[in-house]
Amino acid sequence: MTSPTMNLTDQPSANGSARRERTGRVLQQHGALMVLALLVIVGSLAFDSFATAGNAASVVVSSSFLAIIAIGMTFVIISGGIDLSVGSLFVLGGVLAAYGSQYGTAVALLLPLTVCGVVGLAQGLIIARTGMAPFIVTLAGLLGVRGLMLAISDEGATTFLVRDPAFAALGQGDLLGLTYPVYVTAALALAAMVLLQRTGFGQNVYAIGGNEQAAALMGVPVARTKVLVYVMSALLAGLAGVLNAARLSSGVTILGIGLELDAISAVVIGGTLLTGGAGGITGTVAGVLLLGVIQSLINQVGNLTSAFQQVVSGAFLALVVVAQRLLSKAQRLS
Amino acid sequence: MAELKPRLYAWVQDYGVYAAVLALLLFNVLFTPNFLDVSNFRTQLVQVTPIVIVSLGMALVIGTQGIDLSVGSVMALAAALVVLYLGYGWLPALAVALVGGAAVGAAGGALVAYAGVQPIVATLALLVGVRGLANVLVPQLVEFRNPDLIALGSSSVAGIPVIVLIAAALTLAMLFVVRRTTFGRQVVAIGGNRSASELSGLPVQRVLLLVYVISGLLAALAGVLATARLQASDPTSLGLFIELSAITAVVVGGTPLTGGRIRVLSTVMGALLMQLLSATLIKHNLPQSWTQMVQAVIILAAVYATRERASR
Amino acid sequence: MEPVLEAKGISKSFPGVLALDGVSLALNPGEVHALVGENGAGKSTLIKVFTGVYRPDGGELRYLGAPAAFGTPLEAQRAGISTIYQEVNLVPMMSVARNLLLGREPRGRFGVIDAARMYGAAEQVLAGYGVDADVRRPLRTLGVGAQQMVALARAVSVDARVVIMDEPTSSLEPREVETLFGVIRRLRETGIAVIYVSHRLGELYQVCDRVTVLRDGRLAHTGELAELPRLELISLMLGRELNEVKAEGVTRFSHDHALADGEPVVEARGLARRHVLNGVDVSVRPGEVVGLGGLLGAGRTETAKAIAGALPIDGGQVLVAGLPLRGGSTTAAIRAGVSLLPEDRKAEGIIPGLSVRENIALAALPSLAKAGVVSEAKIDAVVEIFMRRLKIKAASPGQPVAELSGGNQQKVLLARLLAVRPKVVLLDEPTRGIDVGAKAEVQALIDELAGEGLGVLLISSDLGELVEGADRVLVLREGAVVGELAGAEVTEERIMATIAEQAGAEQAGSDQVGAEQAGSEQAGAEQSGG
Repeated sequence: MTSPTMNLTDQPSANGSARRERTGRVLQQHGALMVLALLVIVGSLAFDSFATAGNAASVVVSSSFLAIIAIGMTFVIISGGIDLSVGSLFVLGGVLAAYGSQYGTAVALLLPLTVCGVVGLAQGLIIARTGMAPFIVTLAGLLGVRGLMLAISDEGATTFLVRDPAFAALGQGDLLGLTYPVYVTAALALAAMVLLQRTGFGQNVYAIGGNEQAAALMGVPVARTKVLVYVMSALLAGLAGVLNAARLSSGVTILGIGLELDAISAVVIGGTLLTGGAGGITGTVAGVLLLGVIQSLINQVGNLTSAFQQVVSGAFLALVVVAQRLLSKAQRLS
Repeated sequence: MAELKPRLYAWVQDYGVYAAVLALLLFNVLFTPNFLDVSNFRTQLVQVTPIVIVSLGMALVIGTQGIDLSVGSVMALAAALVVLYLGYGWLPALAVALVGGAAVGAAGGALVAYAGVQPIVATLALLVGVRGLANVLVPQLVEFRNPDLIALGSSSVAGIPVIVLIAAALTLAMLFVVRRTTFGRQVVAIGGNRSASELSGLPVQRVLLLVYVISGLLAALAGVLATARLQASDPTSLGLFIELSAITAVVVGGTPLTGGRIRVLSTVMGALLMQLLSATLIKHNLPQSWTQMVQAVIILAAVYATRERASR
Repeated sequence: MEPVLEAKGISKSFPGVLALDGVSLALNPGEVHALVGENGAGKSTLIKVFTGVYRPDGGELRYLGAPAAFGTPLEAQRAGISTIYQEVNLVPMMSVARNLLLGREPRGRFGVIDAARMYGAAEQVLAGYGVDADVRRPLRTLGVGAQQMVALARAVSVDARVVIMDEPTSSLEPREVETLFGVIRRLRETGIAVIYVSHRLGELYQVCDRVTVLRDGRLAHTGELAELPRLELISLMLGRELNEVKAEGVTRFSHDHALADGEPVVEARGLARRHVLNGVDVSVRPGEVVGLGGLLGAGRTETAKAIAGALPIDGGQVLVAGLPLRGGSTTAAIRAGVSLLPEDRKAEGIIPGLSVRENIALAALPSLAKAGVVSEAKIDAVVEIFMRRLKIKAASPGQPVAELSGGNQQKVLLARLLAVRPKVVLLDEPTRGIDVGAKAEVQALIDELAGEGLGVLLISSDLGELVEGADRVLVLREGAVVGELAGAEVTEERIMATIAEQAGAEQAGSDQVGAEQAGSEQAGAEQSGG
């Protein structure tokens, strides 16, 4: 009677559990990409005007700014945090770039990036040093930065125009039918992938998000990594704003509302866990494109308003997070 | 000194918001011309009403260590539903709007309580989706002429706007719920120590669900009242960012984001403080931008103060 | 031989508790040193002193022949003292290789991580630890044993001189235990010193050279393990002289309630849960105090939690007054009359922000309310009754419960439990960590409750409490009941002997070493550390 054999329960065979785990992981990492492919195929079959080079280019071009922001957000979320200030930083970056462009291209680039970097640094330091929740710190950032932007632009009444053609070309010039920002985005995505997968910094980001205590015990510089992550996110949001100002030739003050939510949605849809520790850039890019394709498809249908896109994105987001919960539960059980 | 600091933080957390409101009032009485003007007061109160109503629900949600980002979109959905069904009379339309709000709340609550999704993502999905739904239902601003609904938004009793009275009544009701009902105490206990609450046999999941339903209901009501006051349904912009104002009101009122405490009156005071602050800055010719920057600083300070208290 | 790590008269106290009182331990290079003791004996505190989590209040810590003071665990680790916790302290979602090599990844061109070399290196290292797994997969997909091996490999590869293992086998399969022992023996040959913490006596005798026994924060014994008979080791741990005659009046139990008979008020049949419970049968009759004995991690806490609906079970059934109870629901259990006093007062018991009054009334709220509105008068009445009956010392019922002493907090929890009028109460270590006065009062109360016809299931690591308090004692080991003592058989010697017999049986066949959950150890450590 004392035989301490504990395996009373039916244990799934090692093979079965490994397969289930792998399926779960593939779905998690590449689910967005699969849905994206599916939507593109369905769209091409359903609408003649969907699978055209022009439409594809327009989706890619309009997605590029969100993609840049979402790349930074991916780092933040993998580290277990969140950054609500990116929408405001995007607008601030654009306004400062347009303002700075009167003093030359260098100023148009450096001024917004410096200011956004400082904001990110402040947020990162507060989060890392005081242990205050990233949610609330960057919420204050959202408000404060928007205030700063309004103060600079005379309460939003002044729209600085870009008169420096060299700077405007950054946003408008094109190569093989795609504007420069698309290439910038692609380069940034590649760099971010290498940074995340192939450098000590990237490993530290994953480790902190996966288990902060263990990471500290394993010698990861937790505070420094966190600060860097928020600086990066702010810089990328600012850069997206700069490029957007170049594209529009002006520092538009009314954009960027809710952009942080789009970025978070794209990251989560792309398979990055909001609890941190897992995810990647490929997923995020797929998530951004997925949102863009949904938008484009809804435009194709014609009689649907763009509001319909929000319904679909929201439902999709809910579906993704529930699926993620179920997957992680299944994996824990296996 | 070491003794004094935690006590100071505790005092700031408990009474700081009242002191700040008093100080601002005093400042305005002394330095702002026409501040004591009745119509000015009324305007301020009417403006802050939706935020107050939404923050009551938010305080409850934050008390469980949760957050509800969907409230602004629920307001928009309520605005859309109320005009769509206004043909059946304003009361049925109101009922449909409230049911809509409760349904959104139930969806968020189910995701949080039963599926175990983090509150911030669950309600983020609803924020995006429900705003879209509202816009699909009512794509543009729609004006209406239902006299009863207009009266709800614009009439006064004894000089006090009806919607302000409703907000006051809801505040009292929420005080009662939190302080005197089994449900209210269970909410606080779950926020304070979830596993202890589970071991004590509390129906944790059911309570969580109900918390989000209440938040949805209150947001829907705020949406209807705001629509009544505007005499138009505007799902595109109604309630935009109100979740941030509501969270701010709760936090500034000294409720810790870590749950386990619900401070109804302080939350209302928090909303009033932010309103008063922006009014004061505007009256003194300081632009909107300043308000937002000052708000940011106040939020950080308020959370920092609660943090000290919590880690003591 | 000069010790590599040495504690000399280390003392450490926390508010109200002297966790370590002049403890010394010398660890020689190349030895495997067992560190044993029951909950609250000070093992965890001593380990935390070694690893830089705590600074000792008194005494000296010497490492490599020089005085040492580690400020953080990281510092201790960099100096060469690594710890393998029972909860693997790695990053579960990162790949095996990345966990193993985090911070020391092989670099390729441009200073970026060379993935191919990283995976190769990881495979090579882990092969030496008997881990044959795809190092690209997330760590969490490995079994706990393999995860622990990865942690161990990581620790050793950062030039550890001392490896501390805290309950390393608690969730390992028998084969994995063998592998672990192989690795430990290899470490010993290379001159690495190991501190091995475990409650599995058979394992200690298999792998350890020397032993240090702690009890109540003091050094109870240190010496060669082979020279120490098993029964003597147990008596050293539990703090009872073998020939000690049971002292009358050590506890407050009067033991005068009539031996209950009749139908059991609660009956658990074949409770099973993987790694934790292996078919436990328990029944409690009205007016009966049933004790659960056994070493730490034998499944006592888990048995109580499973009965109370707080721990999902894979098999088995709980009957209350003959009727089956819906599993996995504390609400249903409480409604049926089964209430649990959890072991971890802080994490699972009190709601710190609420007052004494609110804490007492919490579970009984539905019965103290009408149409969902609570009756303050009824609450006041109930609170007053229990505060008086349990002699709860608080400034007022409105005082926050967090401000009370441990003993009074425990009484508040007991009051919460009793306010729902249970038929049976499951008390998990009701007197641990509370002062002598409160302890006596709680013991008297248990007696009184049984006298009033309540069924009581009593879990206690204090043998005296078990012997004098319980009418019947079930001894658990590895998640199964291995002995039942009743009437005159309930003596400390018999309980210890029952535990030791089974420990002996375990050594006979090492393939019988099953899995054992010792999650309660950490909870205890946190309590003494808080």
